[in-house]
Formats: sequence, structure tokens, C-alpha cells
Amino acid sequence: MNDFSGKNLVCVRGERTVFQGLDFKLESGGALVLVGANGSGKSSLLRLMAGLLPPAEGTITWNGEDTTEDPESHGGRLHYVGHLDAVKPVLDVAENLAFWAGLRSGGAVMAALEAFGISHLADVPGRFLSAGQKRRVSLARIVVRPAPLWLLDEPTTALDKATIKRLEGTIARHRDGGGMVVISTHSDMGLDAFQMLDLGDFS
Amino acid sequence: MCDFINIIRRDLLLALHQGMDWVMVVMFFIIAVVLFPFGVGPEPNILARIAAGIIWVAALLASMLSLERLFQTDYEDGSLELLVLSPMALEWIVLAKVIAHWLTTGLPLILAAPLLAVLLNMNTDGFLMLIAALALGTPSLSLIGAVGAALVLGSRRGGVLLSLLILPLFIPVLIFGVGAVDAVIGGFEARAHMLILGGLMLGSLALCPWAAAAAVRQAVE
Repeated sequence: MNDFSGKNLVCVRGERTVFQGLDFKLESGGALVLVGANGSGKSSLLRLMAGLLPPAEGTITWNGEDTTEDPESHGGRLHYVGHLDAVKPVLDVAENLAFWAGLRSGGAVMAALEAFGISHLADVPGRFLSAGQKRRVSLARIVVRPAPLWLLDEPTTALDKATIKRLEGTIARHRDGGGMVVISTHSDMGLDAFQMLDLGDFS
Repeated sequence: MCDFINIIRRDLLLALHQGMDWVMVVMFFIIAVVLFPFGVGPEPNILARIAAGIIWVAALLASMLSLERLFQTDYEDGSLELLVLSPMALEWIVLAKVIAHWLTTGLPLILAAPLLAVLLNMNTDGFLMLIAALALGTPSLSLIGAVGAALVLGSRRGGVLLSLLILPLFIPVLIFGVGAVDAVIGGFEARAHMLILGGLMLGSLALCPWAAAAAVRQAVE
């Protein structure tokens, strides 16, 4: 049973306080959906959780341990999908994915591509992919190698309905296996038993 | 260790696939050196005297060309964030990228240098030392350059800023690199110069990955 929580978080971006006094708590199998207007700090909170951005105040802990103490092991237990897809234009889809899998000591590339219905694109270079296909490659990265915590920043951008369904299914399986997920989204996703966090409440 | 090699291999693959960056670096190096006889005049003695200096200065400028892209493309497409979040320490990742940069920039320069030395009528006694000094000096250029490349991430006109930041730091490498070759041609021991070049390389090997990693963390915030 894992426990991921943050206490009294304050985020400051360029002199401006984005949010303050924010608490969250997530346990194995849990899902946290971040909502709020543009600029309310959904992406900033996800970057804080990932450890890309240090909190101005407050602590983020994993099983009681401060995540900033050991950023490498925190990095190893999470998958982050940001606004950018990190798909190299000159490498083909399988090569792109294999690199990220290799960095986390291996994984089944073709099975991950199959999970998002892009196994037929395996040998297509990144520069020929559409926005939605790039996003699918980016999402395939989170299943190629298991990690208990998924941080997804607007994962449904540019995805078609069928792929959103696949993503929902993937997230449900991940949670059944004891994983947790934090998602920021503007569109409704079919998740069950999730917590909602409105960042507008902490501005 | 396997991940370390994985990153080097990926950067080499990217360098081979995209834009032929390293070919441009070598071409720039050759053209910059070839311009000197036209400017200085075709007097063989003068050229022989300044050959080592010209080759070293041209090598410094050529290695600057591809430095800007060391982190820039990864920064722009989001890969750098993911590298920061990988379970491997960022310092090692930076070092792997620096090694890949040296293999695609420093190594071709070393291979092209003897050809240019012939062109400039350099004394043949200096050839081996030129290659040895470049082999010992160019890794320092890539290491020091990585700190600059990480510091200018996200800034506009980063390339120009990068040269202003980094070229002054290349001066010690230049002085002792040229000094080693001139010493051998003049019939002296080059040991002291080589030891200092080696010291500069070890020093930057110890410090630069840490400094560059700190700058990269700052950039992805």
C-alpha cells in the first residue's frame, strides 16, 4: 500500500502565487482529477508532484518520505506526460519508445504500441506522425514499463474518442493493479471513484 | 551503465540522422583554416609559424557550432524533462551527452587536423603532438561547453550568448594546446603543457557535469 501526499503546498511562478495551502492525499488504486480555469496551476501542481519544480513551501511525500530527498528514486516510480510529446522526428516510433523503455531498464515495446493501437506505425519516423499519433506514442511510454504513479497533464488533447476509451481502460487496469494516477483535464473522462481537486479554491 | 551507453547511442543516432551537423562542423573547420593563407599571404615560413595557433582557434570555433544544440532540441520537444525525471542521476546523463558530442565533434576535428597541418606547412615534428594535444584538449571543450549550453537554454539568440560565455573559458586550453605543439617544433619538452591540458580535462570532467546538470534543472523548472 503506497501513499502519496502533499501538505500545505505553495507554488510561486515569477513573483505570482499560483496556489497556496493546497493539500492532497492519494493511496494505491486512487485517482485524483485536477480541474480549474486556465492558469489556475494544474500543470504547475503536476510538475511539483513530478519533482520538476520545487514547492515554494510545503512538502510532498511518498510513504512518508520527502520526495525531494531522493529525486532519482522518485523519478523511477513515476511516469509524467506533459504538454510536449518528446517524439524525435528522425527516429521511428519503435525506436522512440525503445529509448525511453531502455532508460528504465527495458519493457515490451510492441505490446505498449498495441495498447494504443499504433503498432502498425512502429517503423514510421516521428516527423510523419499527426498530433494525435504523437500523443499516443507519448502515452504508450507510460505502459511500456510499469511505475506506480502516473502524472498526466491533459492526456486527452488531440486524441480521438476511441483512443480516449483505450486510455480510460488502461488507467482502470493500472488502478486495479494498485497504481495511482493524477490527471488534469478539461473534458470529462470516464473514471470511477475518483477524487476531484478544484485549483480555483486555493488561489 | 547500460542506460549510460543507451543515451550515448541515441545521441549518436540522432546526430547521424539529422542535418549532418557534424559534417558542417568539419567543413567549417577546414574552410576557416583555408582562409588564413589567403589573408596572411602564401609565405611558407609565416604559415608554418602560426599553423598550430590557427588550427587550435579554428577547432575552438568549430566546436562551438554544434554546442548550442547539445540540449536545445531535447529542451524544445520535451525530452529533457523526461531525462531529468529518469531514474538515472542527471549528472551521468549530461556526461553521456557530452561524450556523444565529443564523438561527433571533437573526434572528426582531430582526424581533419593533420590534413590542415600539411596545408599550412607545419613542421612534421609537430604532427603527432598536434593530434595528442587535440585529443587531450577537445574533451575539455565539450565539457566546459556543456555548462554554457545548459545555461543558455530557453534564451533567445542563445548561440551568440553561448560564445560570449564559453570562449573566454576556452583560453587556457588554447594556450597550452598551442604551447605543446610549438614546444615540440622548437625542440623542447612538451610534458608540462600536456600535464596541464590533462589537468584541465580532469578538472572539467569533475566539475562540469554537476554545473551543467544544475543549469538543466533550472531550465526545466
